[in-house]
This record gives sequence, structure tokens and C-alpha cells, in this order.
Amino acid sequence: MTDTNATADAGTAGPGHPEPPAERASFDVVRLLKRTFTTNESWTFIVLIVLMAVFTGLAPGKFLTTSDLSLISQTTAPFLVMAIGETFVILTAGIDLSVGFVLVLSGVVAGEYYVHNGGANAGIGTIWVGVLIGLVTGAAYGALQGFMVAKLKIPPLIATLAGLGGAEGLSYLITGGHDVATVPNKLASSIGQGSLGGVQWLIVISFLVTLLFGLILAFTRFGRYTYAIGSNPEAARRVGIKVDRYLIGVYALSGLMAGLAGIMNLAYYSTTTISGHPLDNLVVITAVVLGGASLFGGRGSILGTFIGVFIPEMLAAGLIIIGVNQYWQYILTGVVLAAAVYLDQFRRRLRERA
Amino acid sequence: MAEAEPLLEARNLVKRYGQVLALDGANFTAYPGEVVALIGDNGAGKSTLVKTLSGAIRPDSGQIFVDGKAVSLSSPLDARRHGIETVYQDLALAPDLDAAANLHLGREIYRVRALQILNKTEMRRRAVAAFKDLGVNLPDVGAPVASLSGGQRQSVAVARAVAYASKIIFMDEPTAALGVVQRERVLDNIRRVRDRGITVVLISHNMPEVLAVSDRVEVLRMGRRVARFRTADTNVEQLVGAMTGALTTEDEPGPGSPGSGSPGSDSPGPGSPGSASPGSASTDGRGAA
Repeated sequence: MTDTNATADAGTAGPGHPEPPAERASFDVVRLLKRTFTTNESWTFIVLIVLMAVFTGLAPGKFLTTSDLSLISQTTAPFLVMAIGETFVILTAGIDLSVGFVLVLSGVVAGEYYVHNGGANAGIGTIWVGVLIGLVTGAAYGALQGFMVAKLKIPPLIATLAGLGGAEGLSYLITGGHDVATVPNKLASSIGQGSLGGVQWLIVISFLVTLLFGLILAFTRFGRYTYAIGSNPEAARRVGIKVDRYLIGVYALSGLMAGLAGIMNLAYYSTTTISGHPLDNLVVITAVVLGGASLFGGRGSILGTFIGVFIPEMLAAGLIIIGVNQYWQYILTGVVLAAAVYLDQFRRRLRERA
Repeated sequence: MAEAEPLLEARNLVKRYGQVLALDGANFTAYPGEVVALIGDNGAGKSTLVKTLSGAIRPDSGQIFVDGKAVSLSSPLDARRHGIETVYQDLALAPDLDAAANLHLGREIYRVRALQILNKTEMRRRAVAAFKDLGVNLPDVGAPVASLSGGQRQSVAVARAVAYASKIIFMDEPTAALGVVQRERVLDNIRRVRDRGITVVLISHNMPEVLAVSDRVEVLRMGRRVARFRTADTNVEQLVGAMTGALTTEDEPGPGSPGSGSPGSDSPGPGSPGSASPGSASTDGRGAA
């Protein structure tokens, strides 16, 4: 560290900085390669590959057949969508614990709408209205949590824990504790089970969402301010960024994503699966952290999350195939989450010492 | 020489935090194209004064004039609109963003304005130009600021202020956290900024540094300006004397006293009663600059 500083300082003192362009270019390439191989995404990818290799070795010919891959992608789709929203939240140094419960709430609200409007035979128009209602429910719920974080200064952990309880309670109140299982057939057969050119709609949707928000995070002002707020909220405030408004927006986005996941879930299972998502937040947060996002904010990417989200799912699928009780998945996911955060802390300490 | 109008003038600023009177009728003057040091002991009100003049906090009473016109600075953005930038002691950089992103933070350049798509190439190009202008050699404007040295980070913050300040830059203890070599670079930065015609207000504890780089010095004590010096005519003993209260060269009436509110009674300098010390309140404070 000190060495590079010294040379930089010396460079400034000198009158000119003649640098042969060729040398400069090769230097940049080296730097680029170095940066690529030290990024978190590449590490996450390596972990994923190792995991696949291990399971393939343990169960040759059984793991990772095409049907496996497609099933994994399909069950992962709602998690991927929620993890996209969670990535934005974690980039602001926040956390959203409520995702799985907002998923259920949005599904329940949309489901109730379908029950009272055409039921299983509802038309396309009704279906779209229900989808919209589910999305708005999620976004509004997320915005409320964002308000608690940004304006009421309630720590995100508590605001979304409270939100989690609220969403759970509302779902049970609305349904009386019974799953809404009347889902429009056209919704179930299209988004739920249908496919577009051989690829399931769930996968298409989740990949499109990933692509869209990956671009937004990387190339737009919203993305840049998300990083800036997570990196140093005070600095962001001082340059005139309306930090509170952006925070509410980010939590609303996470809610919106949970709402979309709720619709996908409703379409896939043709029921609201009220009690089926207690650990979605564990899976989603693990995916984002494995993807290289720092819980301290400011660092992370959609690409990382995209890779990271397949790790818990790969674990689950692999464990089933090699005949281990699948509930080990949650234990292992917990271990992986703790290890990933420990590594992040460790890296941060190293950096601060340097 | 009858010097120009003050560029920035504060009259009779009062700021109270509960029982604590941080500013007790403080005055402050900065002239075009000078480096003016603002010194004072801990708790003298320097930070409060700077925050007030950079729009970060609002005074309870008092007036601020930019180019002779009364202005209200209710946010840092207001101050910016008047060409006032601040380099904060903590630099206010986002460590995970690169130098180019930090330079343009809050003032992004767009490729497609309607979709808020950033023009990273252009921002990078301008960042490189801005650092070159300032004579700062950053090895990589694309590297996160966290990976830069303290001096380089300081340069990024200064370059950001310089890029947008049309009139004044406040620098709050810019060298406090730096080593000897880097401290020297910051002082060079200050001179370069001044040479571009921008006034620099340097808040510092370090007397040799103040004497080395400033054209004038204003001293705060207990929330009031107690002395003004031309740097060429003063020395460490005088400055320390003014800071500690051993020496008072101007006795400005508090806000409660009659007459204190009348604008002009105190401007620019020589008219103020009781200014006895040589060099104090000198309006040709730009000295040799």
C-alpha cells in the first residue's frame, strides 16, 4: 500500500508524466484481469462449480440431468426474483427479512381477488388485474417498511421483522387460515406451468427481471445512488441526494419483487401456500451474500446474486439425489451464510488495516 | 489599495445549541482570490461557522452576503448555487465508488437523460481532466476510493470541490489526518486553487501551515471573531495570543448590543472601532498573492 502511494506522490511532483502507451495498455489489461479474479462473483461461481462437481461425483449420471436443471431453475425462479430486490436493499446497508411473508401476502390478496372475480374460469382481463393487485400490494408493503427505515429511523432489521409479522398476520386474517386454492386456470397453465419456446415462463420471467435490474443497477442513476447510499449515506446527503426517498424506493422495489414472486408462486402451485415460506428470507439473503454483496452496503452486484441464488437450491437438489434428508439444506444454508459473512468481515478488516 | 468588495461576508451570526452558544454574533469576511485561514481553539465555533456558511446548518440570526447581496443558505445545495463548495474533514466520499463516480456524485452526466442512463465514459474523461488540471496523478480513476491513500482521497475531494466551485471552497482541517508528504501536497492543492481565482477558506489548527499558505487570518474565540491579521505581518505568537484571549484586536459587539445589527458599520475592516493591532482588519489582505 505504502509503496504505491509513494510512487503516486512522486508522479505528481514530477512536471510531466510521460508514459509509453503500449506499456500503459498492457498494464490496464493486467489490472483488469486481476480485478476480475478478485471479484466476489468469480468466487461465488467457483463455489457453485465445486458444488456441482461434488454432487456429480457422488451421484454420477443422476445429478444435473436436463430435467434437473430445468426443475432447479423453476423452483429457484421466485427466489431469484426476491433476491434481486434484496440485493438493492443490502447494497444500501439494509436488510429485508419480510420477503417470503410479503410473497404470501401478495399471493393471498391476488388469490382473494380471483376467488371473488371469476374463480378458476377468470378471463385474461381479470387475471391481469389480479397480477397488478399482487404487485401493488407487495410494493406498497415494501414502501411502508422503507418509510419505517428512512423516516422513522427504525433499524432495517427491526422494521422488516415487524413487517414480517404484520404480513404473516394479515395473510391469516384475510384467509382465515385456509389457503386460497382457487386460481384461474389460464394463470396456472400459462405463467405457472406453461413455457415459451421450450423454456418455462417462470424461468423467462425471473431471467428477464434479473437482466432488467442488472442493467438498472449497473447503468442508471438509481443504481449508482443505491451504491452511494450504502457506501456513505452522509456523503450522499451532502451532495444533495434525497437519501430518504431512495431508501423508500429500494424497500418498495424489494416489496414489488416479493409481490411478483407471490404471483409466480400462486400460478405455479395453484394455491397460496400460506405456511410454505418461513425460510425464504434465509435462502434469499444467503444468495445475495454469497453473491458478494456486503452487509455493510456499497458492494455487490446482480450477477453475483444470480450465481449465488443457485447455491442453496443446488444444495437442496443435490442432497435429495444423494439420499440425504433434504432438511439438511437449511442447516447447510445457515452454515454457508455465516461463513460468507465471516469472510466479508475478514476481508473488510484486511482492507482497513491496509 | 482600496480592495474590492468582500466576496463572502457573515455578520452577527448567532447559533445556539441548547445551553451552548456556539456562535455569539460572529463575523467573517473573505475576499476574492485569497486564501483566508480561519483559526480558533477547540470549541471556538469554527465548525459551526463553516457549516453555517456552507449551508449545512441555519443560524438562529445574522446575515450572510455573497457578492454584497444578502442570501439565505438553507441547504448545501443553496450554497452550491452561489458557487460555494466544501471539502469536509471526513471528505464525504463514497469509498466503494471510484474516483470518477465520486467526482460526479449528485451531478451525474447522462447518456439518455429520460432513462437516467449514466454516461460513464464522459464522466471518466472529465474526471481524468479534472485531476490533471489539479496536477493530481491518480493511477486509476476506476478504482474504488477505498483503495486509495489518504492523500489521494483528499485530492479526490478537493478536485470535486474545484470542479464545481466558482467562488469559494471551504476546507475543514484538510491536513489533520495526513502524513508530512501528503500534507505538503494538500497545501500545493490549496495554492493551485487560489491561483485559479477561487477563494479558499482554510480551517486549521496548525499554525505553521496557516502561516505558510494563507494570505490573511481570521481568529474566532468563544463564538466571535476576535482578530484579523495579514499573514505577512503576523507570527505564531500573535495568532496563539488571539486564539487564547491574551490578545484581542477587535472587540465586536454581541448581538444584544445596540448598533451591532446595522450593516456596514463593521464592513470592510478599518472602520470597526477598537481595531488597534497592526495588520488587523487590513483590507488589502491578499498580500503578495
